[in-house]
Amino acid sequence: MTPGEIDTIFRDEAGRALATLIRLVGDFDLAEDVLQEAFAVALERWPAAETPSNPRAWLVNVGRNKAIDRIRRQIAFRVKQEELTRELQLGAAGAEDDGEAGLDDDMLRLIFTCCHPAFAPEVQVALTLRTICGLTTAQVARAFLVTEEAMGQRLVRAKQKIRLAGIPYEVPDRDALAPRLNGVLAVVYLVFTEGYVATSGAELMRPDLAREAIRLGRLLDALMPQRREVKGLLALMLLHDARRAGRASAGGDIVLLEEQDRTLWDKSQIAEGLSLVEEALRLPGRPEAYAVQAAIAALHARAPNYEDTDWKQIAGLYEVLLRISPSSVIELNHAAAISMVDGPARALDLTDAISARGGLDGYELLPAVRADLLRRLGRHQAAREAYLAATAATQLEPLRRLYARRLAELDRR
Amino acid sequence: MQYLLMIYRSEAELGKMDPAARQKMSAEYGTFTQSIIQSGNFKAGDGLQPSTTATTVRVRDGKILTTDGPFAETREQLGGYYLIEAKDLDTAIGIAARIPGAREGSIEVRPIMIYK
Repeated sequence: MTPGEIDTIFRDEAGRALATLIRLVGDFDLAEDVLQEAFAVALERWPAAETPSNPRAWLVNVGRNKAIDRIRRQIAFRVKQEELTRELQLGAAGAEDDGEAGLDDDMLRLIFTCCHPAFAPEVQVALTLRTICGLTTAQVARAFLVTEEAMGQRLVRAKQKIRLAGIPYEVPDRDALAPRLNGVLAVVYLVFTEGYVATSGAELMRPDLAREAIRLGRLLDALMPQRREVKGLLALMLLHDARRAGRASAGGDIVLLEEQDRTLWDKSQIAEGLSLVEEALRLPGRPEAYAVQAAIAALHARAPNYEDTDWKQIAGLYEVLLRISPSSVIELNHAAAISMVDGPARALDLTDAISARGGLDGYELLPAVRADLLRRLGRHQAAREAYLAATAATQLEPLRRLYARRLAELDRR
Repeated sequence: MQYLLMIYRSEAELGKMDPAARQKMSAEYGTFTQSIIQSGNFKAGDGLQPSTTATTVRVRDGKILTTDGPFAETREQLGGYYLIEAKDLDTAIGIAARIPGAREGSIEVRPIMIYK
């Protein structure tokens, strides 16, 4: 086997192997350490030999033996040593009987632990990327634009809190499941949105993060089938991400939806997204926010071009969304859809009403939406001012270039 | 595990409560305390006199220095605590959320350090 193939196996299996080891050894740090040791052994042995038929079981087995060795060596545990070793061996024996379902449970436990509401949202994201997606600390640090050392400390503190504060390693029971699952999905979506439109920097998109989020979404959908919110979020991410190739020019400039070359969109990913939306909407229950957002993305994905998009239905779906989870940002999106149904004047009234309430103070896309509406209304001076405000409000280079282009166009009129 | 649930609330707001509301709150605390005694989670618990009665003590260069008032002036003050036994943080959070003071103020949940 080549080092590349081994690396892929590590990436695919790291999360699940770690999840099972944490349950077996009962300690996050110890589990991480012994998994690293198991990887090292694999790197030594696998290139020369046949790959084990079940690499994950192999890694868990080697990791568990390393843990047993280590506990035996720890003199501090003198009194408890035998007891612990026995526990480990018992646990290990149990694991083999659990089969795939048991391993799936381990993975869910790990996800719910990393996304525990006792952690700040950015800590939940960092823990998830590090332990479930198997990113290195350096890679997670890059995603957060902090130094590796700072990220390392943040992760150490988080794992300390798991142990010291008694954060349970389990899937929440039925009563708590829905809100806790929403927390998990919020983490996944946070990873995705940062990948879809970065908050700052030179690049518009960070496809690595979007890919990780989709991977997490697929994993959750496999672990918890028949959950509308999971299917809805996965569909939403797939449909948005399918447009990636059309969203930026070769030079890294933003291409707006209205100007995108739709032949660049990923058709198979759109097909997968569309069928997931349908599944999500078919499952019984009240409308669910991710599924409705996915339905909006589906209408865009299916439209032959910008003008022939079903804007009326999109505006209607935003109204549904406003009823389930009202927010000024959704109101702004609704206003943008209304501009295609009733014209920009009506949309500008709606937008000004939102900002008069102060609902979008500090939201950096508000001036950009206003600028676009004013431009379409032919109010060039007001549009110019709004584009300048939009430029000042963003830290993302491609957005600044887009506004500069619009300003130049206005100057030519 | 054991957790200390520290009840923070605004003393200024508390001072504005009328006697009926005050009585209702103390009845709610009584019910809550009874419930966690019965469930076996209760280890200890007390209310504290207002932070105006606090004295903060430091020892510097071997000298005892005292200051009038709490360690930090904050919008909410420590007003009482429960020491509980709970199997994990989720259980502790569930109990903290049932403390009547959680609806107005906030409860800080801190694991108790275990000395081995």
